[in-house]
Amino acid sequence: MAVMTYIQAITMALREEMERDHKVFVLGEDVGHKGGVFRATEGLYEQFGEERVLDTPLAESAIAGVGIGAAMYGLRPVAEMQFADFIMPAVNQIVSEASRIRYRSNNDWNCPITIRAPYGGSGHGGLYHSQNVEALFANQPGLKIVIPSTPYDAKGLLKAAIRDNDPVLYFEHKKSYRLLKGEVPEDDYVLPIGKADVKREGNDITVITYGIGVPYALQAAEQLEKEGYDAHILDLRTVYPLDQEAIIEAAKKTGKVLLVTDDNKEGSIIGEVAAIIGEHCLFDLDAPIKRLASPDVPAIPYAPLMEKYYMLNADKVEEAMRELAEF
Amino acid sequence: MGDTRHALLGLSDEDVIEMYRTMLTARKVDERLWILNRAGKIPFVVSCQGQEGAQVGAAFAMDREKDYLAPYYRDVGMVLAFGMTTKEILLSAFAKQEDPNSAGRQMPGHFGQKKNRILTGSSPVTTQVPHAVGVALAGKMEKKNIVTLTALGEGSTNQGDFHEALNFAGVHKLPVITLVENNQYAISVPAHKQVACERISDRAIGYGMKGLTIDGNDPLAVYEAVKEAHDRAMNGEGPTLIEAMVHRMTAHSSDDNHLLYRDKQEIEDMKKTDPVVVMTDYLYEVGLLTEETEESIKQEIDEAINEATDYADAAPYAAPEAALDYVYEQ
Repeated sequence: MAVMTYIQAITMALREEMERDHKVFVLGEDVGHKGGVFRATEGLYEQFGEERVLDTPLAESAIAGVGIGAAMYGLRPVAEMQFADFIMPAVNQIVSEASRIRYRSNNDWNCPITIRAPYGGSGHGGLYHSQNVEALFANQPGLKIVIPSTPYDAKGLLKAAIRDNDPVLYFEHKKSYRLLKGEVPEDDYVLPIGKADVKREGNDITVITYGIGVPYALQAAEQLEKEGYDAHILDLRTVYPLDQEAIIEAAKKTGKVLLVTDDNKEGSIIGEVAAIIGEHCLFDLDAPIKRLASPDVPAIPYAPLMEKYYMLNADKVEEAMRELAEF
Repeated sequence: MGDTRHALLGLSDEDVIEMYRTMLTARKVDERLWILNRAGKIPFVVSCQGQEGAQVGAAFAMDREKDYLAPYYRDVGMVLAFGMTTKEILLSAFAKQEDPNSAGRQMPGHFGQKKNRILTGSSPVTTQVPHAVGVALAGKMEKKNIVTLTALGEGSTNQGDFHEALNFAGVHKLPVITLVENNQYAISVPAHKQVACERISDRAIGYGMKGLTIDGNDPLAVYEAVKEAHDRAMNGEGPTLIEAMVHRMTAHSSDDNHLLYRDKQEIEDMKKTDPVVVMTDYLYEVGLLTEETEESIKQEIDEAINEATDYADAAPYAAPEAALDYVYEQ
């Protein structure tokens, strides 16, 4: 089994799906000749040609909307938004169109599009190359939102997204791209969308998180183990719709729950997770639900001190986990 | 009659009679919907009256066996030409379970029917234009030799999606025909407050495609323009923007009173160039219609509409819990 980075796993998934099914194609800005600004589509243009690795005009609503049309026709488009921050012009197409096509046509039409977007703070991105956008889409029934946290998950979930018969938003944390390495099988495997995954078994506290929060929590858990605290870590993997069963089970397991996101706090994904726990696990809790998130400011400031102050990191997660463990 | 206008365009006598029948059906269905609305039987109508010539002329120039349609909410004539039935439109107006567009989930005028290759549509205007481009792209990739026809109003050409989609189609030379049904009003706002260019078709040059403005009250002129655009698309020469000048003979919708913003004379004057009248006159002129045949066609249509109305009125609604179905594949 090969060890590869998160972004290499994404490229591998795209290549395998394009080899498997001629209906799969990618479209977006700079995805062709250049291979993507982050190199996620590296080598695909050479292998599959300009028609299936389509450099589009710089117009996000068209990237989404043309993809949606092709998906309604029966193709499997994988549209790339160069940064999640730039998905905003495509919101009408994603929310008013993709998410509602099956429902509004009473199952006559469907829209099997995957929309990939790099998100999150990775350093020097400022307000508009750093944002988390998952919460914006996380109350739109008809959409699925996937955020993998390991190279293995990245491959299996991207393949699942492409094969899904409904629209899937697939968000990739930019910091994960080259920071995270892991074993990725070269065979064809698919991971279930809608299922959370226990990334670490433990009995003292439960951490529920997703995306970049997962490696931070795993790193923090190692330190806390030395202090005698054993953390249970649940990776949501699909942040919409949520895997309620797994959330309830994980919360009940230790009775002490920390929810972590790198998004700003109010209205974020973890607020809904807290509501599920409040609804189902109140009498199993030994401490108030604790949330760790970024501050409620619009997005990450550019200057290094403000940026560091804003951003989630393993130390902040470790501190929050320790506080909860000691409660 | 080998030198009639329609024969020179390659249309048979049967074809033009069929065009007339489709236009008249659209008109009469629309009139019925208004009566039902005013009688309190259906909650909403958004009208096609005055635009049937453009809609039917354009649809008949397409290959109605394989081409795709991304219509807008006024396109009753277009969807009828693509195979939707009077009964199906009435079922949609009554929001009944059997409505093929949405099983009563959407307001009337939100067309969609996969078996007739009519893409499902929404209320935010112009979102269908990128979809039409996407279908054209897919058809080209699959080497299917299909063309897509999409329609919208002139106000909608101000939307970003219009620009983004036509630019995309132009860059990739896609087989898509964009028909702007310019009825001079975006609800109450007149065209001169919508666009600063003289003609909507002037915008085509910015997208590297052919653009033309035609008389949308003349179904044969529309047929001719769309047929040429179709030929170009099939020859790999890419997209076309066609602006058809039409009338909106009614208020914007059943919830609008157009006398608040236009005068009676303007509405009265439209009747002189009503496309249904233009088509009727033409058929009389070339001897394809007599009072007798006109009467019998009208009667047939009326009977079908009466039957469809009774059927749709009596048809069941979807069960309340059906509201929960088909959010995702199930």
